[in-house]
Amino acid sequence: MLEIRHLRKSFGTLVAVDDVSFSVERGQLVGLLGPNGAGKTTTVSMIAGLVTPERGDVLIGGARLAGDTDPKKRQIGLVPQDLALYDELPAGANLRFFGALYGLSGAALDRAIASALELVGLADRVSDRVSTYSGGMKRRLNLAAGLLHDPDILLLDEPTVGVDPQSRNAIFENLELLKSRGKALLYTTHYMEEVERLADRIVVIDHGRVIADDTLAGLQSRVAVAGGGPATLETVFLTLTGRSLRD
Amino acid sequence: MTTLIPLLALVRKDLRLFFSDRRSVIVSFVVPIAIASFFGSIFSGTNNREPARIAVAIVDHDSSAISTGIVAAAGADKNFRLTSPAEAEARDAVKRGRASVAVIIPAGFGAAAGNAFFGNGDKPPLDLVYDPSRAMEVAMVRGILTQHVMEAVSREMFGGEQGRKMVAETLPQIAASSMPADEKRALADMLASVQKFYSQQPPVAGEATRRGITMPYTVREEAMTAGSNIAYNGYAHSFGGMAIQFLLFAMANAGIEMLLERQRGLWKRLRSAPVSRVTLLAGKGVSGTAISLMILLVSFAFAIIVFGVRIHGSVAGFFSVAIACAMMASAFGLLVAAIGGTPATARGVTTLAVLMMVMLGGAWVPTFIFPAWLQQFTMIVPVRWAVDGLDAMTWRGIGISGAVVPTLVLLGFTVVFGTIAIACFKWEEA
Repeated sequence: MLEIRHLRKSFGTLVAVDDVSFSVERGQLVGLLGPNGAGKTTTVSMIAGLVTPERGDVLIGGARLAGDTDPKKRQIGLVPQDLALYDELPAGANLRFFGALYGLSGAALDRAIASALELVGLADRVSDRVSTYSGGMKRRLNLAAGLLHDPDILLLDEPTVGVDPQSRNAIFENLELLKSRGKALLYTTHYMEEVERLADRIVVIDHGRVIADDTLAGLQSRVAVAGGGPATLETVFLTLTGRSLRD
Repeated sequence: MTTLIPLLALVRKDLRLFFSDRRSVIVSFVVPIAIASFFGSIFSGTNNREPARIAVAIVDHDSSAISTGIVAAAGADKNFRLTSPAEAEARDAVKRGRASVAVIIPAGFGAAAGNAFFGNGDKPPLDLVYDPSRAMEVAMVRGILTQHVMEAVSREMFGGEQGRKMVAETLPQIAASSMPADEKRALADMLASVQKFYSQQPPVAGEATRRGITMPYTVREEAMTAGSNIAYNGYAHSFGGMAIQFLLFAMANAGIEMLLERQRGLWKRLRSAPVSRVTLLAGKGVSGTAISLMILLVSFAFAIIVFGVRIHGSVAGFFSVAIACAMMASAFGLLVAAIGGTPATARGVTTLAVLMMVMLGGAWVPTFIFPAWLQQFTMIVPVRWAVDGLDAMTWRGIGISGAVVPTLVLLGFTVVFGTIAIACFKWEEA
């Protein structure tokens, strides 16, 4: 569904992403892991069309994504790391605006709003200003805004930062439901246990390059641990990326 | 997908955000009306009311016919609010700002001024003690006082006791002088004629019946407004100026809001949607223009209803200037968003920029009080054209021709601001 081919992006002398390639299939959740500054967000930004790659292609259903107004962008939903919501407006008005950006209007938009809010459990708070929401509710609404136009591909950039266990669990259940509906999900996070629970495949990126692309079991098999049991993902991650502190 | 749905959504969202912020609404609509009402009451001109009188303290140490004449004339002058305290009190009044000027007439002033009138005596000083912060009032007092002193001195010298005495004393001095005989005879004949004139006119008790040298003309003033029966309405200028100031502030704030939207990650969502860059900026431009136009029109609507401001020129011209002004302000907001850096930096810089523009553009005070070079400089300030255009369409009563140049210039500024904004806008959202 989503295929990344040889993406490269640099900012001045810093090469943020260098020859990154991977794919995400329908009904699959791919975890994108990497230390701070590894190039995860830049990669997601290039897929979402926020940053123009210097080289490489983003393919949606086999077709190259080209330009700001490419209709294929409609197949992508972005859930940014920031709570990208208008606090001053009610949840319904936020979703109405974001839906209209994808050409939704009238009854179709109403249905989309109702469906998205239902999924994230905020249907009864549609008229409340976002500023009155808790952190967890804002995270769920942030997810709903990315789902509104029913995209085939969902890009989730650290979608559970700063939320309580209940909201996090609710988000996980939402993602599992979306996966079961055939959505392709790309999920970046620093929380290893989230990837262990959700991901079908894991791409590890460091210094702008893909250093591993495998299933959890495949990655665990790369690292031998004392006692013979499987290594934790964190052990695998630290083995692959090293223990030196990053900026 | 049609671009109209996202465009309308962008505009609707910005309008909704603007009106959801009560502080923005008050600052944009109520504050300019309040300030414009205040400035309008000050600059409404003399047609509507009596001008404020200048506080003048006068001290007469002379008590001669001339000095009492000066005091009486100054007391009757409608430009002065005259008091006659002791000298120490007069000086204290000026020092404390209760009087703009203290006029001190020294002893012997009348006699000396009479002698100096015909050029054969030293000119006596008339002391003016003034408040240096009120230089314009001092200049007015000096001019008005000149008239009163000349009138009092000439009246006394051409018909008063002092004049008679001076002629009587001068005739023997001429006879004894060494001047040429023909000049001596001519001068003696002239003074003898004056003496004869005096002898035929006995001294008069009522000074008002005698007149000295007076201004040999009167001034007929005509305020060049929209028509002969239409008085200048200072509120038209003040409401135009204040509305422009606050719509610029509103648009600068809109630009800063765009920077905040970027900080909050909202532009990532906007940019990830299949919406063109033109549509995104056009949405901001249209909403900004709509808000600016509302601020301008609401301000003028208030001025029309409450203060009787009228569009004496062309209504179409008024709207063309108003729309062009709103577009210029909206493009200014985009410029702030494009080159503003961080919201905090942009806030400081744009506040200064807006204040400079409105000050130089004549939104606070008319530009004619500026030095000539500064008046020329203000031609590059868009506010100047907006203010001039709105003045032309309101109290000046100029037809559509008066709106053409301001409208075109404002549209030119819109293009310049917009082009720089598009060129500098940061589109990548890493």
